[in-house]
Amino acid sequence: MFDRRLIQHFDWVLLGLTLVLAGIGILTLYSAVNASAALGRPTGPPVYLKQLYSFGVATIAMVVMFLFNYKLLHRWGGVIYGFSIALLLAVLLAGKEVSGSQRWLMLGPLSFQPSEIAKITVAIVLARYFSDHMSQEGFGLRNLWKPLFWCLFPFLLIARQPDLGTGLVILLIAASMTLFVKVERRAMICLTGAGVFMCSVAWFFLKEYQKQRIAIFVDPGKDPLGAGYHIIQSKIAVGSGMFWGKGFLEGTQNALSFLPEQHTDFIFSVLAEEWGFLGSAVFVGFYVATIVWGLSIAMRSKEPFGTVLAVGITSMLFWQAVINVGMALGLLPVVGVPLPLISYGGSSLLVTSIGIGILMNISMRRFMFKS
Amino acid sequence: MYNTYLKTVDSEWFRQRLSGAAIFVLAVFLILMARLYYLQVVKGAEFRRLSQNNCVRLQSIAPARGLIFDRNSYLMVDNRPSFNVSIVLEDAKNPEKVLSKLAAILGVDRQDLLAKLDVGKRWPSFKPILLRRDLDRDAIAVVESHKLDLPGILITVEPIRHYVEGKRASHLIGYLGEISEDELDSGDFPGNRGGDFIGQFGIEKSYESYFRGKPGKRQVQVDALGQVKRVLKTEPAEAGKNVYLTLDIGLQRKTEEMFAEKVGAAVAMDPSNGHILAMVSSPAFNPNAFVEGMSFEAWNELVADKFHPMGNKAIQGQYPPGSIYKIVTAMAGLVEEGVIDEDTQYYCPGYYRYGNRTYRCWRRGGHGSVEITKAIAQSCDVFFFQVGEELGVDRLARYARACGLGNPTGIELDNEASGLVPTSAWKLRKIGVPWQGGETLSVAIGQGFNLVTPMQMVSLTAALANGGMRYKPLLVKRIEDIYGKVQFIEPEPLGKLPVSDDILRLLEGALVAVINTRRGTGRIARIEGIEVAGKTGTAQVIAIKEDHDEVPVDEVPYRFRDHAWFVAFAPVSAPKIAVSVLVEHGGHGGSTAGPIAREMIKEYLGI
Repeated sequence: MFDRRLIQHFDWVLLGLTLVLAGIGILTLYSAVNASAALGRPTGPPVYLKQLYSFGVATIAMVVMFLFNYKLLHRWGGVIYGFSIALLLAVLLAGKEVSGSQRWLMLGPLSFQPSEIAKITVAIVLARYFSDHMSQEGFGLRNLWKPLFWCLFPFLLIARQPDLGTGLVILLIAASMTLFVKVERRAMICLTGAGVFMCSVAWFFLKEYQKQRIAIFVDPGKDPLGAGYHIIQSKIAVGSGMFWGKGFLEGTQNALSFLPEQHTDFIFSVLAEEWGFLGSAVFVGFYVATIVWGLSIAMRSKEPFGTVLAVGITSMLFWQAVINVGMALGLLPVVGVPLPLISYGGSSLLVTSIGIGILMNISMRRFMFKS
Repeated sequence: MYNTYLKTVDSEWFRQRLSGAAIFVLAVFLILMARLYYLQVVKGAEFRRLSQNNCVRLQSIAPARGLIFDRNSYLMVDNRPSFNVSIVLEDAKNPEKVLSKLAAILGVDRQDLLAKLDVGKRWPSFKPILLRRDLDRDAIAVVESHKLDLPGILITVEPIRHYVEGKRASHLIGYLGEISEDELDSGDFPGNRGGDFIGQFGIEKSYESYFRGKPGKRQVQVDALGQVKRVLKTEPAEAGKNVYLTLDIGLQRKTEEMFAEKVGAAVAMDPSNGHILAMVSSPAFNPNAFVEGMSFEAWNELVADKFHPMGNKAIQGQYPPGSIYKIVTAMAGLVEEGVIDEDTQYYCPGYYRYGNRTYRCWRRGGHGSVEITKAIAQSCDVFFFQVGEELGVDRLARYARACGLGNPTGIELDNEASGLVPTSAWKLRKIGVPWQGGETLSVAIGQGFNLVTPMQMVSLTAALANGGMRYKPLLVKRIEDIYGKVQFIEPEPLGKLPVSDDILRLLEGALVAVINTRRGTGRIARIEGIEVAGKTGTAQVIAIKEDHDEVPVDEVPYRFRDHAWFVAFAPVSAPKIAVSVLVEHGGHGGSTAGPIAREMIKEYLGI
């Protein structure tokens, strides 16, 4: 029953890239936490050890995700999507609140963020719909309202937590997939107009700290102690790495400033400070390679569901990386978006691994649909 | 239009769109790379200098802790400035040498200062390590004048707790102590860091989250010696909330004066709402000593003191209730069908025979014919032996529990004792021996296994005074934040006493008779012009003997002397204050505890 070609077609490149990025992630985390342990008091097992355990779980998830035929995701897409919405509702009702936002669901000693899962499930349900209804002319408004609802519903639930960063990533994934499958010109204009209108309305619903972050992004000097402080210190950290970097564990800037976000949101600053332009460029290179490889998996898949799903997952990796790095470089406002495979956080790691597992799945089953 | 893609979408179309996507991805990353190049290569040297100098530092500003006032806004706990000396390792270059110099200047042991460096080892080198807290002005002046010889030495001013009244109400107010490693690790103090002071006892501990406030931040530019050159920006700390106690400082002071040479506890409560007007546990301790830093020896001395100054006897001291318990026995007897009513008479010849033993009344000559009011007024033991015998221990226990005994009152202080209400099941479980009928007689007059706290007694007395409602004892009247927003603490009814209004009136009359009749045991607490109700109690420290001889109190060794109890409330027509007083080894309740209760009532009512 097991097809030998599955092993022949196994995607060693993607696995290699993933392992390299994950390795860099653990090293950077070790360094970041090493410094922060010096700042305060140790609390529980070290963060990088916890992350190593998460890697174990994530690896299992990744393997599971490429064992079955990904077409099952097409069949069960609705159920999976419904399940993740149920989790989002559960988190609103019974979630654990951490520093003002209710993002965590507790399962005994474990806790995870259902909003992370929603990223993947939105990609699955959209890929299913788009691949079933695709045409060369593109999608018009009358067949876009369904996918629009599918991504706006979880977005609103997540924005309510509030976790604007994750909500934003979901919208970006959905937008990327929609643009990829082509949209009629008229629909495009309408959607863009509606989007701009929504953004201006949304401004009034943003929490004070969220507005502040955007205002500060425009002018970091406005609040050099709060969010502006993060941006300034992050830029100093990145810049002070210069060309060669300060060396592993030699970073000084990260010890100063970014608590508690230096091992999540500002992990790239730590990396850039210690490894310099050279190391950062190599790291970014690996990232670009992974994303381009994801696109090539989309291209080599011989059937539309696989292609569109691969695009969705790749766009998830892409947007998170761009927002996170852009933020560390002071190009984008401070929103809490993790750097996939690098930032500390079990939920993000798990979902990234699931995504990569699905990519491998699509990649190794491409021969099954030879036209 | 399902599955039309097979006809309309071919791989060439996909290829085009994917190439477009790839180009977009590369373009975006190119922008990131360009930015990276700009920051690290073009501007790199500048940022490197900024990071090397570390010239900009973020300092934390400690918030002023909320103050404590009495019910009439009398300031009881304040903050005063404390001058601290710290060292910043990064600026000190050679910390050992600097500390040697500093030790010489301050005249302290060099090793003590060096030991502090270990504490700060885990911290980054720019974070100040506290060396000495609360130096006097002269010492500060000397350090200041040697500033240039002491690179890295930092003088900071931080608020320190000041207990204006010293020992006054120390058990209620409590004290601050340095946060421990365990407390830090517990996760209950997310805003705190090592070296912070938090409430460790009393109100300071129970209301820690209100007192704490929010730390501020200050961004400063420092020079190569670590001295602040310029404050870039300040985000002020937000002071903690002020707490207004239910306490009346005048009454507290008076009560403490009355306890000057005595060991014991007293509590006064407003019967209408459960407000604690005074709470004394004697001897007391000085909370300022904790904040200013107590030596190991001083601490040991405090803990080893045989009068236990660190224990709050008002809520932790458990004593046999003595004759005060007769109120509960009377209540049970009157309510339960067929035990006694207001006219039931017993004859007291001065003793009571039960089985083959003789139980004596405290009055050897006997009280003659006694009904309930006289029995309470003159505290006749024989009367209550018989009521107790009729009731049985378990029925009696039900009423004791309904009066709030055997359970903590719920006051917001740590380690409140629950006392003990014995039952036959309890004795079998704890001691393994079945209940003896004679023991019920002892319990009925409060001399058996029963244990109560002064807080439970005042709570019961207040309920008797206000028409039967038990309230949770409250220590805090209102809480105010720095913006003037006030949060009032509402009274919390706990339940009604298990009696009808008629019986309550009968009991009240009996308690009035205790104070105001010629033979009443509490005559000493009589106040001209005010009707006082009350009850005396004498709790035997050595087990009741069936046939003991009266010995004058002065001839009994101190530790074998009886505890003296007194509870009272006044004015009877509209009670404003209920008190309970316990004097350890004070002998007879009337003579030692009674005057204290009287003076407390007089003080509070302004007579």
